[in-house]
Amino acid sequence: MSGVEITPDQTPVLSRMFRFQWEKAQDSYVLLYPEGMVKLNGPAGEVLALVDGQRTVTDIIQSLQAKFPDADGIEQDILEFLGDAREQRWISL
Amino acid sequence: MSNAGSACNGQPSLNAVPTHGQPLWLLAELTYKCPLQCPYCANPTNFASKTDELTTAEWVDVFTQARELGAAQLGFSGGEPLVRQDLAELISEARQLGYYTNLITSGVGLNEHKIADFCEAGLDHIQVSFQAADPEVNNLLAGSKKAFQQKLKMAREVKAQGYPMVLNFVTHRHNIDQIDRIIELCVELEADYVELATCQYYGWAYENRNNLLPTRAQLERAERITNEYRDRLAAAGNPIKIIFVTPDYYEERPKGCMNGWGQVFLTVTPDGTALPCHSARMLPVEFPNVKEQSIEQIWNRSNGFNHFRGYEWMKEPCVSCDEKEKDFGGCRCQAFMLTGDANNADPVCSKSPHHDLIVQAREEAELPTHQEPIFRNERNSRVFAKS
Repeated sequence: MSGVEITPDQTPVLSRMFRFQWEKAQDSYVLLYPEGMVKLNGPAGEVLALVDGQRTVTDIIQSLQAKFPDADGIEQDILEFLGDAREQRWISL
Repeated sequence: MSNAGSACNGQPSLNAVPTHGQPLWLLAELTYKCPLQCPYCANPTNFASKTDELTTAEWVDVFTQARELGAAQLGFSGGEPLVRQDLAELISEARQLGYYTNLITSGVGLNEHKIADFCEAGLDHIQVSFQAADPEVNNLLAGSKKAFQQKLKMAREVKAQGYPMVLNFVTHRHNIDQIDRIIELCVELEADYVELATCQYYGWAYENRNNLLPTRAQLERAERITNEYRDRLAAAGNPIKIIFVTPDYYEERPKGCMNGWGQVFLTVTPDGTALPCHSARMLPVEFPNVKEQSIEQIWNRSNGFNHFRGYEWMKEPCVSCDEKEKDFGGCRCQAFMLTGDANNADPVCSKSPHHDLIVQAREEAELPTHQEPIFRNERNSRVFAKS
């Protein structure tokens, strides 16, 4: 459901419709789906790289805070992105 | 982090070779053999004279080379790709190379064991084509009495095994009035994407154009009904995506064919001929073969792939047209088929001096058709090969 707030204890899972991988020729992470490709920007790729059906939203936020200690307001960005990703049906929670 | 990604719409990336993009899409036409006889098939009409097929090792070499050049999507097509006995092996090799693998099939020759084997080999997605939403029209067009039941069964099996599924309906004057039933069937079968793809008038479809081109009224009705279904399904929370492709014969500007010649697409035909699109073989241009040249040579340096890159080749009205960067003068094959000169503007464009040919085809579509379609089979193909 879109518009519903994401909570820290939820566990995002990548939808079976999409395959996530690093694409050398694009120098970025991408989502591949039937006959198409979404090229992800840097932050989006960093978040989806941690979506494995095991990590909770909290785990993902903590991992990225540890990886990018100088980034401010990262938590809100991650929650917003996960919301967008759910709306696009890239992930479910 | 909104705008996190942009759809792969074929725009060359900034760090690509300056003059053209990467071959992101590799279409492997494994064979011209097919158990069906659809009169709108995109294969060359003289396919019966081209019986050579690349070996398993040759295909794997093509996949490996194209992947190094940036290919990410691989379509297994044909003919009917299931005819190839090494299909599972090819899927497995492609998947290990990192491709997103698409099987584009009629479903005829498929069974639940093969679907499971392909899944194990790493197949990502299956597209099943239908000819119509009811058995009679479907089987008549396919030239097979059992095709429809088989397709239904296989579409259900594809979903049962968890694959993303695209259902493809080629639409034309004999099935477009059943668009509501087609969409309902797709919803029932739980398709993820539906392609309501109008006939493209090349190959067999061009020969059968009078038998296939819908009228403007048919087309407008179908588009309206499709939009109504889209709204209704979206409101009900159904994630199904419906893509409706209108025939360019009813446009006033041509399509930006293949996102530009040699910009995104690389087709390799059963005998290894490499093409910038699957229809290009008809053009009076020499195309390279993967048995003789590397994919890098073919994509970056061959005359065939460089022939219509850029704007140098254009004639008026294209050369001074402010829309040339949008549509690249339209489709080279259509220009060649209809005007005899592949450098002309695509006659779909109302600025083309040959646009009357398109207007005439629209007028002919208003008349009833009485002639039988020419079915795509070996016997008919041999007639084309001789002529």
